[in-house]
Amino acid sequence: MSRLTEANVIVAKEIMGRYPKARSATIPLLHLSQQQNGYVTNEAMAHVAELVGATSAEILGTATFYEMFKFEPVGKYLVNICGTMSCALLGAEELIHHAEQKLGVKVGGTSADGMVTLERAECQAACTEAPCLQANYRFRYRMTPQALDTFIDDLVAGRLDGEIPPHGTVARVRQHIPADRGVGAVAPEAVDDAPLWVSAAATSTEASK
Amino acid sequence: MTTYPWAVGYIDDGDRPKVVTSRFHLEDSYTLERYVATGGYDGLKAALGRTPTAVHDDVKAATVLGRGGAGFPAGTKWGLTPQGVWPRYLVVNGDESEPGTYKDRLLMERDPHQLIEGCLIASYAAGLSQCFLYIRGEMALAQERVATALNEAYAAGYVGKNILGSDFSIDIVLHWGAGAYVVGEETALIESLEGKRGEPRLKPPFFPAAVGLYGRPTIVNNVETLANLPWLMVNGSVAYTAIGTVTSPGTRMVAVSGHVRRPGVYEIINGTTTFRDLVYGEEFCQGIREGNELKAFVPGGGSAPWFTPEQLDLPFEGKLVGAAGSMLGSGAIMVMDHTTDIPAAALTLTRFYAHESCGQCTPCREGATWLERVLSRVVDGRGTHADLDQMFEIGESICPGTFPHAASTELGLVAAPFPYKMTTICFVGPSAYVPVHSALTLFRSEFDAKIVERKRIPVSAQAAGAH
Repeated sequence: MSRLTEANVIVAKEIMGRYPKARSATIPLLHLSQQQNGYVTNEAMAHVAELVGATSAEILGTATFYEMFKFEPVGKYLVNICGTMSCALLGAEELIHHAEQKLGVKVGGTSADGMVTLERAECQAACTEAPCLQANYRFRYRMTPQALDTFIDDLVAGRLDGEIPPHGTVARVRQHIPADRGVGAVAPEAVDDAPLWVSAAATSTEASK
Repeated sequence: MTTYPWAVGYIDDGDRPKVVTSRFHLEDSYTLERYVATGGYDGLKAALGRTPTAVHDDVKAATVLGRGGAGFPAGTKWGLTPQGVWPRYLVVNGDESEPGTYKDRLLMERDPHQLIEGCLIASYAAGLSQCFLYIRGEMALAQERVATALNEAYAAGYVGKNILGSDFSIDIVLHWGAGAYVVGEETALIESLEGKRGEPRLKPPFFPAAVGLYGRPTIVNNVETLANLPWLMVNGSVAYTAIGTVTSPGTRMVAVSGHVRRPGVYEIINGTTTFRDLVYGEEFCQGIREGNELKAFVPGGGSAPWFTPEQLDLPFEGKLVGAAGSMLGSGAIMVMDHTTDIPAAALTLTRFYAHESCGQCTPCREGATWLERVLSRVVDGRGTHADLDQMFEIGESICPGTFPHAASTELGLVAAPFPYKMTTICFVGPSAYVPVHSALTLFRSEFDAKIVERKRIPVSAQAAGAH
């Protein structure tokens, strides 16, 4: 359960194959494990370490640097209310306080039904639409306490399932590079020369002189 | 409030040239079909018909300034790679997270093919053999839109091997982060892309163009910067420099938020548009909400020292804004009206930077946290006058010497120009001090009003219940 499943190892290898060095896939693979398990487990970090050729300590070091990785279970929905300047100027504190009351938790806590974890977030790049929030990284703009109540009710009742996947899934579309179209990643050590279009252009410029 | 429900926040009132937002009025602007039908990939075709050097020269001639914050010309940056060292990489900075900034996310969600085309043009011109498009982790829709667009572009032959039948071949790899503001710093972005903690690298080397991803020459460009290139290739550098001024040509996207009547994202003419136009102009924000008075504004994202109504007539011109004591940064204006509690507003930004400090440099890790704590107790009405002096002392340890600030006739202050000296590797530490310094320098009386003189009560008297 906690290590990546066979199907996800295939996805992981496809992702790793796009980078000149497998270690670059660390963050995408940690996301993949979080998508599978809902949070990042120790076993998953050890597995990612095996896959990318790092130690589990190195993967732990990377994982703990980033806000989105959770190391214990969170609610099905992570509701992040922005508290940075533009949102704060337009009532973010009141909104956060209201959310705490609505959910019966303090910031950082998970509602008793296990459905919603509440967080205070930093700037979400929606400053003109303040105050804003994200639920599993899907936006809601110009929130009011009333709109927040309706939103959380809808979320918990499953009425937004089509739009908002459970915690762990960020993008629902993945990049796929078709084998016949991709150039393929090459280790930097294996390249010494300028790419073909640069050297060819240089040669033809020389020739025309 | 929004002009187009599918481009939330974007407003295009007014008859201004559109270099990067020309498709935002179309609901399906993110699809390949619509992109191609509206002139998409024509810039790539134009570029491929010329030599990489000719394309590079055109970008240099256009003086496309970086739109990420530092405003460094892209063409010059591409030229900083050391001769004869290969491979070279392109890393696209889509980690938009500077407080107040909202433009790159729109560009990725609304016109992902324009960005992809920009990546291709840059890679062709600068001889970059692989491109990594790093999107902020929290931007789920942007990741989906760019992933879909890349899949379409590969299938149609715009990305990958022998693009449009030419010698030009490149993979564009979608990469996504996991939440860390500091990763927007270009060397931290590279560390993160190498699978490590996103800690900025020690300088020198100053530019990843010399030593970057995997130790190789790497160009790091902002999303908006690259989004300018397709238009530039089709229309040429003469048409590009005909917009704006000689030193700040073209347009730029600006988000205006806070206490204005009509907050929004606008594509403005660079160099000539003033802050007054933006805040009060009919085609822009239409003034302060509820007929209130403007008190202060942040002109270039959370890291920019604050301005007051005295600076409203400054245009969007880096040198002038720098001399006036701030910076244009990432095109983010946050407006505060006269009802704003200034110390509390400053705290929201200082808390941000304290939270986002990577912890590498002591002056930032400790200093930003101290600033947050001290400011926090002042805001709560538990501060002392000594606290105010102490915040300047802490700031001095992050940024020794004169710190930039705006002029004030009322206070008899002359502007101290940008930039500052710093004891840290990157700009997060100084940025934590920016709001504290600006607010204390320009609005000292508001802090004084919050100070409560605590009575010193001898311990013995306390024990006896004598107070």
